[in-house]
Amino acid sequence: MAETNRELISRSIFQRNPIALLVLGICSALATTGQMTTAFVMSICVTLVVAFSSMTISIVRFQIPNSVRIGLQIMVIATLVIIVDQILKAFFFGLSKQLSIYVGLIITNCIVMGRAEGFAMSNPPIASFFDGIGNGLGYGFILMSVAFVRELFGSGSLFGYEILQLTTNGGWYLRNGLLVLPASAFFLIALLIWLLRTIDPNQQEKD
Amino acid sequence: MAHYLDIVIRSIFLENLPLSFFLGMCTFMAISKQVKTATGLGAAVLVIQVITVPINNLILTYVLKPGALAWAGQPDLDLSFLGLLTYIAIIAAVVQILEMVLDRFIPALYNTLGIFLPLLTVNCAIFGGTLFMVERDYNFGESVAYGFGSGAGFFLAVVCLGGIRERLEYADPPAGLKGLGLTFISVGLMAIAFMGLAGMEM
Repeated sequence: MAETNRELISRSIFQRNPIALLVLGICSALATTGQMTTAFVMSICVTLVVAFSSMTISIVRFQIPNSVRIGLQIMVIATLVIIVDQILKAFFFGLSKQLSIYVGLIITNCIVMGRAEGFAMSNPPIASFFDGIGNGLGYGFILMSVAFVRELFGSGSLFGYEILQLTTNGGWYLRNGLLVLPASAFFLIALLIWLLRTIDPNQQEKD
Repeated sequence: MAHYLDIVIRSIFLENLPLSFFLGMCTFMAISKQVKTATGLGAAVLVIQVITVPINNLILTYVLKPGALAWAGQPDLDLSFLGLLTYIAIIAAVVQILEMVLDRFIPALYNTLGIFLPLLTVNCAIFGGTLFMVERDYNFGESVAYGFGSGAGFFLAVVCLGGIRERLEYADPPAGLKGLGLTFISVGLMAIAFMGLAGMEM
């Protein structure tokens, strides 16, 4: 293994970010970024699921017959997601209602499947675990940055605390209604991709 | 009847899966470079959605819901925590069976839809349709209407995006924005356009 565990984590956050460069798992990235709180919880859930599913799959990788590996990977992931979902429902019921179906959708999140298939099947458990953590954090990084802009300028608050006082409360900040709408997430991700690809021209698409 | 029509219209325009819930984005972005392939993908999603949402509804009503197993002499059983695992298994099975049936009996259709079918097992739009059905507590009739409406919504959105991207080939954007970035912006504009339909009600 040429890379240390630390490199495995850091390269997934910047050089090989799953959302911005590999275009995986955008569905939930867009949907849960209206508020910092939901984005934060979603990042934690995804990081945990990716890390543990990669580790589990890597442990049993020599026992899995090649023809049914996709099915088995989905079963491992689905089981972990059910655990996360039940924990959220038991201890943070309000949050679980807010995230609605998107926790369940972690199962079909391409990042999880992608790491299981692309990394965990051919690497030892510990390395897979750290690769999973790195990818989860890379995903979280994008999620939190988009949510930061959307919540700060859309509702004038962060994590639900008022930062910019709104005109409706007698303050000075007129909130930007566009950023509350789903469409704004598309624009923000596009700008983020543009930024990352300008910094690193290797990622640009050629004809 | 008007109630079912309302669900169909609502899920096509107002609650469009890719444009307002961001579901199925990965395939939505990847396979919309041309109208022709986009049509194939849209049709495949529509077909699978119409089949899987009602099937999962039946599974939910007769196996998973609290007390649903009363017909098997187990009135106290609540299996709803197994939901996620069951739905994804059902979807995978339906996709596989559909692929084999099409290959055997309707080869022409298999040639158009075939390559997209395996992709759709882990597509959030398909899975999300089922989860919305569960969350909103639809009955069987409503779930048929919802399956059709949400599939048709995806079809409409992906074909439109295909048309827009064909035209965008001639545009000359900054290098960093080329491809993915520009597609995201077009989808954002489409989402705003679809929101203009929000006043429509049956």
